[in-house]
Amino acid sequence: MSVNERLLAWTEVELGVESAVLDVVTTPATVLSTPGADVDPADPRIVRLAADLVATMRVSPGCVGLAAPQVGESVKVFCVDVSQHPKTRDHHGTFVLCNVRVLESSRNEKAREGCMSAPDFTGDVKRASRVVVRGQLPGTGEEVTVEANAFEARALQHEIDHCDGYLFLDRVAGAHAIHARKTYL
Amino acid sequence: MTLHAITLVGHDRPGIIAEATGILGSLGLNLDDSTMTLLRGQFAMTLICDGEASADAIESALQPMTGPLAVTVREVPDERTTSTPATSWVLSVHGGDRPGIVSSVVSRVAGAGGNITDLTTHLKGDLYLLVAEVDLPADADVEALRTALGVVADEFAVGVTLNPVEADEL
Ligand SMILES: [Zn+2]
Repeated sequence: MSVNERLLAWTEVELGVESAVLDVVTTPATVLSTPGADVDPADPRIVRLAADLVATMRVSPGCVGLAAPQVGESVKVFCVDVSQHPKTRDHHGTFVLCNVRVLESSRNEKAREGCMSAPDFTGDVKRASRVVVRGQLPGTGEEVTVEANAFEARALQHEIDHCDGYLFLDRVAGAHAIHARKTYL
Repeated sequence: MTLHAITLVGHDRPGIIAEATGILGSLGLNLDDSTMTLLRGQFAMTLICDGEASADAIESALQPMTGPLAVTVREVPDERTTSTPATSWVLSVHGGDRPGIVSSVVSRVAGAGGNITDLTTHLKGDLYLLVAEVDLPADADVEALRTALGVVADEFAVGVTLNPVEADEL
């Protein structure tokens, strides 16, 4: 697998804007089930949204990705950072992508996922462990093609699903593949 | 809010869920948590419903459903389960059918402080299969439990595995 050096070098500092931590929307909320609109990556509001997504991801414990619908914005923008996760193989550090499409996917693997927007459940979801996606960087609008594997591939597909109006609840592998999360004392 | 625990078991046929849930709906009951599954040609439904109808009214409304049917309705308290931090595991057992496999396996899990949240068994031909979702206390001795399960596995000549299934936050 080849890492996209441009994306790996990207950080939110490039956005050059202030950021704020946003509230995360949880189910049931129609925005989570609505396909997001394509965006102009150079639009100052999208640049600001990109910065806010990264800031919100950073303050959320264990969070490795966040999509615009999760902060109430029905658009195709998400951030990912799996660099600290034990299941990660190759990765591109922190990045934000707009208007992402999956070009190729292969090698399905099943794993249990949780999501900040559906906090009461986890679900067993089969996803490709290798993907090639294409999207645009916020701000400059540069086209990037990204090959990802293992946990980064899973995170990308989870966030792309959010942008298309799908939750992991839409992807579970069967009637016994949804699990109620425990409420701790 | 009144909660009712309802069980229905009847010969499987198309429309059995539609008929049962239609009756419950007409009594103003909401289906909260439920599990419904096909067991050897019998369709088994276990439901927790909320609504103001009495247990007797629910039972007599369900009794006229077509086909032989076992129905029970009991009012239950609203108990939200809370638990201490735990790790999640899947336990699977497969092998020849032997009396006592299930009780032997699950008693080892209980002995380790484990809590089974879901369990299914299937007997198909000579193969007996058990799959369970198990929560173990954060400080449980997993290797000791694996050893104890290994002893049961040898005794019954079955395969027993216990695998972690932690969810990844995305
Ligand atoms: Zn999510």
